[in-house]
Amino acid sequence: MDIKKTPKKLNVKEKYRLMTRDLAWEPSYRDEKEIYPYVDYEGIKVHDWSKWEDPFRLTMDAYWKYQAEKERKYYAIIDAHAQNNGHLNVTDARYLTAIKLFLQSISPGEYASHRGFARVGREFAGVGPQVACQMQSIDEIRHAQTQVHAMSNYNKFYNGFKDFANQRDRIWYTSVARSFFDDAMSAGPFEFLIAIGFSFEYVLTNLLFVPFMSGAAYNGDMATCTFGFSAQSDEARHMTLGLECIKFMLEQDPDNIPIVQKWIDKWFWRGCRLLTLVAAMMDYMLPKRVMSWREAWNIYGVENGNALFRDLARYGIKPPMHWDDVEKSIDHTSHQIMLGLYQWKFGTAFHSWTPTASDIEWLKEKYPTTFEKYYLPRWEYAIAQKEAGGEYNNFGLPKLCQTCQLPCLFTEPDDPTQLAHRETEYEGEKYHFCSDGCQHVFEQEPEKYVQAWLPMPALMQEPLKGDLAAWMEWVSLEPTAAGEYANSEDKANFEKWRKQVSTD
Amino acid sequence: MQIDVQTVNIEQKNQTFTHLKKRFGDKKIPSRYQEASYDLQAEENLHYRPTWAPEQELYDPNLSKIRMNDWYDLKDPRQFYYSTYTLNRAKQQETMESNFKTVESLNLIEGMPDPVLAVAQDLLIPLRHANYAANMNNTLVCGYGYGTVFTQPCVYHAMDNLGIAQYLSRLGLMIGDVESLEAAKQDWMDSDAWQPLRRSLEDLMCVRDPVEVFIKQNFVLDGLLYPLVYQRIVDQNLVEQGGSGISILTQFMTNWYLESKRWVDSVIKTMASESAENKAVLEEWIDSAANHFTSVLLPVAGLAVAGNQADELVSEAHDELLQRAKKAGLFK
Amino acid sequence: MSKVFIILQANEETRSIVEAIEQDNPDAEVVHEPAMVKVQAEGHLVVRRETIEEEIGREFDMQELNINLITLSGNVDEDEDALTLTWNS
Repeated sequence: MDIKKTPKKLNVKEKYRLMTRDLAWEPSYRDEKEIYPYVDYEGIKVHDWSKWEDPFRLTMDAYWKYQAEKERKYYAIIDAHAQNNGHLNVTDARYLTAIKLFLQSISPGEYASHRGFARVGREFAGVGPQVACQMQSIDEIRHAQTQVHAMSNYNKFYNGFKDFANQRDRIWYTSVARSFFDDAMSAGPFEFLIAIGFSFEYVLTNLLFVPFMSGAAYNGDMATCTFGFSAQSDEARHMTLGLECIKFMLEQDPDNIPIVQKWIDKWFWRGCRLLTLVAAMMDYMLPKRVMSWREAWNIYGVENGNALFRDLARYGIKPPMHWDDVEKSIDHTSHQIMLGLYQWKFGTAFHSWTPTASDIEWLKEKYPTTFEKYYLPRWEYAIAQKEAGGEYNNFGLPKLCQTCQLPCLFTEPDDPTQLAHRETEYEGEKYHFCSDGCQHVFEQEPEKYVQAWLPMPALMQEPLKGDLAAWMEWVSLEPTAAGEYANSEDKANFEKWRKQVSTD
Repeated sequence: MQIDVQTVNIEQKNQTFTHLKKRFGDKKIPSRYQEASYDLQAEENLHYRPTWAPEQELYDPNLSKIRMNDWYDLKDPRQFYYSTYTLNRAKQQETMESNFKTVESLNLIEGMPDPVLAVAQDLLIPLRHANYAANMNNTLVCGYGYGTVFTQPCVYHAMDNLGIAQYLSRLGLMIGDVESLEAAKQDWMDSDAWQPLRRSLEDLMCVRDPVEVFIKQNFVLDGLLYPLVYQRIVDQNLVEQGGSGISILTQFMTNWYLESKRWVDSVIKTMASESAENKAVLEEWIDSAANHFTSVLLPVAGLAVAGNQADELVSEAHDELLQRAKKAGLFK
Repeated sequence: MSKVFIILQANEETRSIVEAIEQDNPDAEVVHEPAMVKVQAEGHLVVRRETIEEEIGREFDMQELNINLITLSGNVDEDEDALTLTWNS
């Protein structure tokens, strides 16, 4: 070889190939199966790992440089937010319910993705996806950490934040998100990538991060808006990874198509069920709204999702199996979830409330065919009870869906007056589901879903045996963190502090 | 209405999150490292067993022979969380970028004696493949290790290894364009000097005990390789022969080794002091791997220096490694 | 035809980038929402380095887009000169 040869100028693609693809080698002393033991068992056939396309070709030097710039901007904003009592800039402290729910449910999911992507970044047998997944792994720990740091300042002044670690593992509603991410992590590497990289990131995170974070900004919460958008700038890479991964699997072997279709069906449904919580955040928890859940769904779900599935049709991929059921549910779920959270508010580490007169006007306008007809009467009933000095609570324990772990509170897709309930018997036991979608997911892999840890039955078993006070201690739920917003310490403090800082 | 939120002093309800208060009390506000690291991994009520290994838990401390009462004892003395890690590396990257520019603008490569360039080509460029293995091994530890304070630095370490492989690739492109990388890969795959190391790394990539991988990769192999290659051969031998330009381009590796060994040593020290059983396991791993990798690296050192001197340098590195092990409380 | 889009944080740095995108994609629609700006077009959208450089009066690396990028939709192709988003349907 000719040393001191003047180097040619390499283009980005060529340079990236040399700097990553070319680092790996074909092992000859050990069998590939020993190094990558989990890459086959899901049945996905890969003939040529080098066919993997990297859309964003970040080498580490560029990664460090640009990510450091994002970090500097981000911490400058949250430092200023902490120093200047930025929490008093939010429109109304009831908004904090949304970010409590976020810290308890979504941030642990970011962490789980971090670990999951490290695993698949090790298990894939091609260096292209390995490096892409490792980069996502390190991004995801960034998201978990920036979220904890943003919430840390709210924790200093408000209830409901400080026990997020224990509540992640124990309180009933966080198992909705936890079971979703545990489900993905306990799957094989290819399914994990479809679950998180494709269904969650590509199809669904826009719904979580884009309109909701824009709403956070609109409600004066620059800390949350900033971590949201800053995280989403990494998501743009992650979504692209998810899409490339799915195209890669579909192009490698026609036998992969039905497997991938099955996973798309499953994870689209799982993701949509998880996002019903975001629906409630969008429609009920932002005091000033940017758009309704329905409007967000039309843009990021219908328009964008359809574009994606039209694109994938060339491989023979069909839109997700329960798409129509999701579409039918969009005008209902936020109301059903919020009514559920409100009636079980004694058991949540966040507050809920009945909609105000102006909330009701907005909801009527955004949900002209459903809100006034089906949900307003229930809210009016709750409001009347409150006005009569009572409280609208449901101390009965909700029956949880074995798959998504939400209470079975959704209605039949074609009959909003009828609660949906499905049952499947498996090895002599009866299992309950909130929907056809969740029942279908269970029936594909019952041996997996029978293992689910259901927090409600746990309350009845050792060591709690139905003792509600003991349960509250076990889940670190202090009475000040739960219940009606109107009577909360958070509201009283927020109003008092706002008064101190306001001048006419 | 005017709101002037800066001026008021509001009394705080909580100093910190409960899980941090339990660990550190609430006298002091916890650091961002503590907030970002402790108890982030789910502990209880994991929903499903892995379909890829149903005998395991989703997070399973029993994947290792090492036992810890609390894996969160294994803190990183550098206190790296994503932000501090990234800002640090960005700064080092800026220095490296200007180093590359300096070497380029002063034509330092062209002015370098041929034997120096030959050593850079034969010894340094193939190492990028060893860094790839280290990247994979650290990714495994991050994925399957237990407890965030132990696993988190491993993803940073994995990405650092990728970064080092990329710095070496740039060096190769500077000294011999794409052909440099091709020749180095050929050496890695076929030449006698590299086969023992490649075989050992393929073996290590088959190990699934995350702590064993951590010890053998980050303590033993790197603990021999970096003092040997970067501290001795590059920064001494090559510099003496007119190869300062090479040393400038491997500055990141030299500094990175000095920085990260504080972390690696502290992890080992904490594990060893936990129990006699841990100590015995660590000693067994380190003893066998240190002897093995010392012999593996001998032909690699031989690419740069004559046989006798190679023996000498390798055994110096071996002694240095055992000194570190002793300081961490092992072998006594 | 399906819509592709790119969403950027709304700030001083992205003002010129959005202007550059508008120049290269005369049919694109620009939508402003709180803290963000969305540029969308039917089937195809291109972000060109040269046009951005003319707008900002300095060199621009396409990977700098990462700093202010919120999200995008479509198949991505990026090299040193341009980022292209397309749907194949």
